[in-house]
Amino acid sequence: MNTLSLIPALPLFSAILLMVSAGRLPKQISAILGVGSVGLSALCVAMVAMGFMADGQVREITLWTWIAIEDFTPAIAFYVDGLTIVMMSVITGVGFLIHLYSVEFMASDESFSRYFAYMNLFVAAMLLLVMADNLLLLYMGWEGVGVCSYLLVGFWYRDPDNGQAARKAFVVTRVGDTAMALGLFLLFTELGTLDIQPLMAAANSQWQVGGTLPVLATALLLGGALGKSAQLPLHTWLPDAMAGPTPVSALIHAATMVTAGVYLIARTHELFLLAPATLEAVAWLGLATLLLAAFAALAQNDIKRILAYSTISQIGYMFLALGVGAFSAGIFHLMTHAFFKALLFLAAGAVIHCLHHEHNIFRMGGLRTRLPVVFASFLIGSAALAALPFTSGFYSKDSILLAAWSLPDIGPTLWAGGLLGALLTAIYSFRLVFVVFFGEANTEPDKQAGWKMAVPLIILCVLAAAGGWISQPLDDVFPAQGHDVVHVIEYIGIAVPLIGLLLAYLLFLGKQLSLSSLTESSMGKALQDFWLKGWRIDDLYHNLLVRPFTGFARLCRNEPVDLFYNSIAGALRWSHRSLSSIQTGELRWYATSMVFGLIVLVAIMLRNAS
Amino acid sequence: MSLVILILILLGGGLLAIFAQRMNEDMPRWVSLATIVLALVYLLGVVSNLPVEPLTIADAGSSWLIHLKLEWIPRFGISFELAMDGLSLLLVVLTLLLGLIAVSSSWSEINFKQGLFQANLLWTLAGVTGVFLAMDLFLFFLFWEVMLIPMYLLIAIWGHENKAYAAMKFFIFTQFSGLLMLISIVILAWQASLANGSYSYSYFDLLGTTLNAKLEFWVMLGFFLAFTVKLPSFPFHTWLPDAHTQAPTAGSVLLAGILLKTGAYGLLRICIPLFPNASMEFAPIAMALGAAGVIYGAVLAFAQSDFKRLVAYSSVSHMGFVLLGLYAWNTLALQGAVMQMVAHGVSTAALFMMAGAIQQRLHTRDMHKMGGLWHNAPRMGACALFFALASLGLPGLGNFVAEFLVLIGLFAVQPWITAVAALGMVGAAIYALWMMQLAFQGKPIENREFADFGRREMATMAAMMVALVWLGLYPQPVLDIAQPVLDSLQNIVPSLVSEAPTADIAGVNL
Amino acid sequence: MGGLQIPLEHVQVLAALLFSCGFLGLMLRRNIIFMLMSLEVMLNAAALAFVAAGARWGQADGQIIFLLILAVAAAEISVGLGLVLQIQRRFKTLDMDTANRLRG
Repeated sequence: MNTLSLIPALPLFSAILLMVSAGRLPKQISAILGVGSVGLSALCVAMVAMGFMADGQVREITLWTWIAIEDFTPAIAFYVDGLTIVMMSVITGVGFLIHLYSVEFMASDESFSRYFAYMNLFVAAMLLLVMADNLLLLYMGWEGVGVCSYLLVGFWYRDPDNGQAARKAFVVTRVGDTAMALGLFLLFTELGTLDIQPLMAAANSQWQVGGTLPVLATALLLGGALGKSAQLPLHTWLPDAMAGPTPVSALIHAATMVTAGVYLIARTHELFLLAPATLEAVAWLGLATLLLAAFAALAQNDIKRILAYSTISQIGYMFLALGVGAFSAGIFHLMTHAFFKALLFLAAGAVIHCLHHEHNIFRMGGLRTRLPVVFASFLIGSAALAALPFTSGFYSKDSILLAAWSLPDIGPTLWAGGLLGALLTAIYSFRLVFVVFFGEANTEPDKQAGWKMAVPLIILCVLAAAGGWISQPLDDVFPAQGHDVVHVIEYIGIAVPLIGLLLAYLLFLGKQLSLSSLTESSMGKALQDFWLKGWRIDDLYHNLLVRPFTGFARLCRNEPVDLFYNSIAGALRWSHRSLSSIQTGELRWYATSMVFGLIVLVAIMLRNAS
Repeated sequence: MSLVILILILLGGGLLAIFAQRMNEDMPRWVSLATIVLALVYLLGVVSNLPVEPLTIADAGSSWLIHLKLEWIPRFGISFELAMDGLSLLLVVLTLLLGLIAVSSSWSEINFKQGLFQANLLWTLAGVTGVFLAMDLFLFFLFWEVMLIPMYLLIAIWGHENKAYAAMKFFIFTQFSGLLMLISIVILAWQASLANGSYSYSYFDLLGTTLNAKLEFWVMLGFFLAFTVKLPSFPFHTWLPDAHTQAPTAGSVLLAGILLKTGAYGLLRICIPLFPNASMEFAPIAMALGAAGVIYGAVLAFAQSDFKRLVAYSSVSHMGFVLLGLYAWNTLALQGAVMQMVAHGVSTAALFMMAGAIQQRLHTRDMHKMGGLWHNAPRMGACALFFALASLGLPGLGNFVAEFLVLIGLFAVQPWITAVAALGMVGAAIYALWMMQLAFQGKPIENREFADFGRREMATMAAMMVALVWLGLYPQPVLDIAQPVLDSLQNIVPSLVSEAPTADIAGVNL
Repeated sequence: MGGLQIPLEHVQVLAALLFSCGFLGLMLRRNIIFMLMSLEVMLNAAALAFVAAGARWGQADGQIIFLLILAVAAAEISVGLGLVLQIQRRFKTLDMDTANRLRG
């Protein structure tokens, strides 16, 4: 079998095996299957990547024709270029580390093999998504990762809240997916194919830049991307999705699945370049999301929710990059974000793991000395997240801001917004570090992270710190974009996160500055509450969409259409009753009515005769 | 003759099942199983001896595989005419396979008058098979009624607490609409005889009969009502939730799996090809009804607390896609509709089996009294999850292929209706996951002990899972069998669209 | 002889009177025996009219119908008396108004 098809097949095979065995395998074997399959898959990716580096050839393979009806011939086929290689490396590489970490994190869970089955299935679906050579297959992976996200968020199914979060995640993204499906219908109806490369060629040759059709098609695809990548206005599911096990949050809701929207836009960027209006909308939505989520992150107390909002915010940066046409920068940030956010989530998981499932950061504190490896990981992760100089996040965010600046007209506004976001990012990420790891110890850890947790953390530390120097083979994928390096802009970009760090230090560690006057005031309290609840967008949707829907459902529960049929039945029953009351059972009454009837008939006949 | 023998096997098996009960209480089940297996083997034997051209090559002239015509009532031109093409073959095989599933699902559930139960089950199958094969409209009507009566008995005798009401409702809806169809059949034959000089009820003779526009519309409406009541389409669906809820599991499996398909089959084979002009005029209304059914079914499915009612409403939603696909009348959408018939047959049958299994164990269908079943019965939970995902249209499973094909075909015809119907995908996610939440997730109830799926049930479920995955990942064999039939139908009726639609999308102002 | 000796109208008036008597008896009497007797009177009124009309036109049809009516009356009375016995046995009365269970 071809190495390429082995990449998604290995985790898929392992997932099926784990599901069929239904928990009968011993934990060790489940772990070996679960981790090993992803590891082997990562090795295959490495082989493919090395081959690609050597010859730069795009690799294609068609396994079988999925559906063939007239012109509609999507195949189960893979298309691997530089972009796919980057994505595959992130998925299998980071995925492998997270799987390894999970072995220890989930060691005491009774549904150990179910967990690995879902995780492997997820990896397989995600690989399918990025390797697909046509949009229908991509859509299969797209929905597949959605389902795995649903399964893993609701993994601890006994708590109905987890189920609620899982359903929310699936349904909200499904709204976007439906838009995306409509986009596929439109693309096929207009261009006659769903194979990505021919589709791009057809779009370029048949559609005008800025025409109605490309704008409509890209807007629909964007709907899917917004849902999956948790961008405004479909971002509300991601903070709730933290109900799942922490490695799941690291893998699905930070490193891979949520960036699928970014991948989709990058993959179909030629289409988006035909629709400048959509591209601008992408930039503005990205900017709005990154600021909104950053403010919300400032007010959270739950360690995972802070990271969740930060993820939304960072994906906002990626959308901003895509929107300004800096596709490489967007994918670069996707990769570095995968490193440092997976690191942060895994470190947070370690904290939670060692502190009896404590989530509130104000009940932690002083963990610097007690959990040194975790502290170091968190520090490096936060530094990269805040884009402190020379960390991986610095290079990617810097290139995004630079690209935004060099855009005419709206560029400086976007750049300023992004810069404000960077400041906020630095504040909330170091707030987290200072509150959790410094100060008084509120809870004592009852165990230490073992090697299966520590090794992935250390490797990710290296990647988060030095990942900025990895060069991505994207030159053939995206159009080249040259910027004049403006030094002032660069210096500002370096300075802003440092200012944020300083502010965070003064506010949360040194306590030289105090927010108490602000937080004590009623305005401040209201604002804090407003941000804590994510700008109350959940409440808005609840009142605007959920309640009318459930209200309508409750109204229709007993089948209003039946009222019509029941009224027919009622009318029949009424006439039956009234007619049957004539039937008295008295013989003389019948005889009398017969005779009178006869008389009336005779009278009528006589009348007619005369 | 082979088709007659096929139907006779099923009818005879029913009689045998009644007598078998006198020998042994368990015998009827085995007789039933053996009869269906025999019919299946016989059918496959017959098919394998046929020339393959009509099945594989499109445009090879006739798409008919077997054709049989015997005199019956020559005075009125009524004949005993059976014929089979790829579409009928597909549906008859589905019928027999779901028959097996139905027998399996009733294996330990039915203990009262087993022989009569199995006989009714087999007679229903015989009636449905007849409907799929009959090519004389009078004979078609006869089989239409033949499948109705045993089904009525299945609900009325072996149903649950409110069975009399449900059975009567089912009977009145289908019987009344069936009578409308009979009137339409007679009028059509009479009109054709005015033109041809001799009476004939044969489908092939009646094709291409021209009626005046007004009459054609009303005659078409008679057929349309009969078929959409059976389908069922909004707003004629209200018999379905009651019938499904009250029917025994095997009854629900047959009802959802195949009886509903006779409606779709009738529309595809009879209603649209016989009345192309009236259908063209009517297509927007039919599609609107289809889209309304998709949405309405999904919303009401979410509103239910009865497991079987929820699945029943999901059927209404799914069959809306079939109606959409049929009236879009292009190859993609038609293939989608055929695919949906097959895939929905399997997935819904499985969900009804699940409902039956839960009711047998917990003696309730109320999902609010379940919760946390996954803990007690992980195998049941996994199966339910699989079929819930199939029902919400997860790519990789058959239902997705069907719905996607319907919608992508429909988009070329009616983009706005497509957009509305696509919302059904969101609705499906809501009700399917809500069902999983209420029944299988959440806190398990203390001290509740019951058996998980046994070997027989797991084998049945696994077979259906494999079928859905196969349909989802490699649907081509099914598509290939249906293709020549759809081609020939499209030769009869080229299109149901009166004006060019794509200008519509391009004209959208942003 | 031949033809009718007395005017037909006289016979018809008599037949009508007999019929009305029978009909009134049927309507007013509740005893089933009397109701059967009234029916007999009505039948015979009709028979009288037939016979007279047959004589008037000099055709045999009237008499044939008379024979038919006789046969009908015989059959009717035998069934009727059987019913009377059953009713007497079941309801312990001959009042027809009590036997009204066959109603809507």
